[in-house]
Amino acid sequence: MGFKNYILVCGGTGCESSRSDQIYHALIDEAAAQGVADQVQVIKTGCFGFCEQGPIVKILPEDSFYVQVKPEDAKELIAEHVIKGREVTRLLYNKAPHKAFEEVEDIQFYQKQMRIVLRNCGSIDPENIDEYIAAGGYKALEKVLFDMTPDDVINELKTAGLRGRGGAGFPTWMKWNFTKQENNPVKYVVCNADEGDPGAYMDRSTLEGDPHSVLEAMTICGHTVGAHQGFIYIRAEYPLAIHRLEVAMKQAREYGLLGKDILGSGFDYDIEIRLGAGAFVCGEETALLQSIEGHRGMPKPRPPFPASKGLWGKPTVINNVETWANVAQIINNGGQWFASIGTPDSHGTKVFALTGKICNSGLVEVPMGTTLREIVYDIGGGIAHGKKFKAVQTGGPSGGVITEENLDTPIDFGGLQKIGSMMGSGGMIVMDEDDCIVDVAKFYLNFTVDESCGMCAPCRIGGKSLCNILEKITQGKGEENDIKQIEQIAHAMKIGSLCALGQTAPNPVLSTLHYFPEEYKAHIVDKKCPSGKCKKLISYEINPSKCIGCTACSRKCPVGAISGEVKKPHKINGNVCIKCGVCKDTCKFSAIEIH
Amino acid sequence: MAKLSLSDLHAIRDREEKNLKKRDIHGRTVHVVVAMGTSGIDAGAKLTLNTLADDVEKLGLDNVIITQTGSAAPNPEPVVEVYTPKTGLVVYGSVDKEAAHRIAEEHLKGGKILEDLRIELKDKEQ
Repeated sequence: MGFKNYILVCGGTGCESSRSDQIYHALIDEAAAQGVADQVQVIKTGCFGFCEQGPIVKILPEDSFYVQVKPEDAKELIAEHVIKGREVTRLLYNKAPHKAFEEVEDIQFYQKQMRIVLRNCGSIDPENIDEYIAAGGYKALEKVLFDMTPDDVINELKTAGLRGRGGAGFPTWMKWNFTKQENNPVKYVVCNADEGDPGAYMDRSTLEGDPHSVLEAMTICGHTVGAHQGFIYIRAEYPLAIHRLEVAMKQAREYGLLGKDILGSGFDYDIEIRLGAGAFVCGEETALLQSIEGHRGMPKPRPPFPASKGLWGKPTVINNVETWANVAQIINNGGQWFASIGTPDSHGTKVFALTGKICNSGLVEVPMGTTLREIVYDIGGGIAHGKKFKAVQTGGPSGGVITEENLDTPIDFGGLQKIGSMMGSGGMIVMDEDDCIVDVAKFYLNFTVDESCGMCAPCRIGGKSLCNILEKITQGKGEENDIKQIEQIAHAMKIGSLCALGQTAPNPVLSTLHYFPEEYKAHIVDKKCPSGKCKKLISYEINPSKCIGCTACSRKCPVGAISGEVKKPHKINGNVCIKCGVCKDTCKFSAIEIH
Repeated sequence: MAKLSLSDLHAIRDREEKNLKKRDIHGRTVHVVVAMGTSGIDAGAKLTLNTLADDVEKLGLDNVIITQTGSAAPNPEPVVEVYTPKTGLVVYGSVDKEAAHRIAEEHLKGGKILEDLRIELKDKEQ
């Protein structure tokens, strides 16, 4: 007698932080307590992607999609759904039970998505190698070890046109080929899991939900280029991903899918984990290799490229997590298949971490060429709280903003570059009318200034100077000459910095300056912040014709800046006011205005 | 000497694939619903459900999805609804173990409606 119900509980970091691990154990305990332990299997999976609604619990075969589940709900889920077969409507995403015999209705969040990288996330148990094998895992490795020559593998990648998902989009087959052609008995394979862009978490989720897909791909690469040792460089602040990787590596070793004589092919290969301390610059490949070697993470001039002289001076292939996660699928389904997805410029899919002022924040994987409008409105469900869309920041601290006018640009490597942004690793931060564009630029600049390794003067000094200018502007001390200065410094940083961190650090400023010149002008000339974010440039005032004198705001004001008699219009003392905005949130009559 | 030979890997995959497939509901076109309210269970719906589930597995019908629902009284329970794209929706009443075997073999596998077990569903509110 097999199981009648399968309960999939999301085990991603996001859902675990809202107690999904407790839900998982509560479901197992409840199933036992209610005598149905033999009828239901509870499985902890990787990230479902729909993080906005987490923790997520999915029950099969009904395909009931339960959202925002609490450990206390376990009893009801077992008693009602599993035992009586009645869906717990209040926890369902669309609050209505499935109608019998109708096609399982897809949630709009998933409709335009296509999952290649995240294919196993949310469907298999990442801590069970058998499930990965059952889902077609290690088939590609088998093919590579026994049926393909290394050249076949490279040709397949070439046909596929896979480009690096870490940001720059360099063709993967070329990297592999360079290393393969090197005549050196010792070569290395490295996985760059040093994901550092603010708001980006697709690499973490891939490793948490499907660690074997990366291990398999790295082994395939090792065999192809002639390496016997791989390293995964991952930041220590990803404890769950590290744990899942460790479990996966242990299981792979037990099966001999890592180690000596893999599957009897005579090929030896193993992988080690190296923990990073979370420096953004270590995502830069040469700095990353330095860090693995035990040195301070600082970039080195290229050439020589890692492909010929990388780790400990040996030829090294270094790819990003998401790039690795595509490899086995390309070997299994063929390069032609992969090339048929996406746009002529960029094949395949891309995973984006959709965050910010959006209804459905989460992890989305779409074919290249999907427009931003589709991602923001169809998948993301539009802007939260009915606010107006302002811009999307892509490419993290190296990227730029995309505005309303470019929402219909198909997203691929070339398309984003043309409109002044970049793919980056795939963080997408949505901004609404309340976000001040100068403030956003300042935020990213502060980030890169903090994370600059300090080696090159243009990056070290230029970044700080840019920051100072922006700070001045948001303080209401901007001068007309500032814009020109920003452009000059940015130019110097672009041509004078060694690595991409310094070269791209001015991008957020330049891009916001390009698309929102009037907002900079408002700050500098009119000394106003149109979105009301820069505290030095705004004042809160009460509109006497709207204020009814309810006293609600004066009671909430933390500094006692509001005075007035009951039932008469109140006043804010601008000298005392700290511009916290509590009064505005409290007022029911929209009487408080920002000037 | 390799820890795992190629055939070992294939054996693991074959074994585990079957289990994983049970969780894959995409492309399943035949839907069976067993009424499992208190009165249904009292009438033996649990045995009916188990029999159907076992038979579906035994016959290897991987396009079938079996779910449960609440009470189907005042109909002759256990009540089982079967939907296939070809036969449409058919409701069976008084489905005991023997009848369940027949439904699995003849309707789910053979695509033939069992007219002698068929009932018209009466609504509770009427």
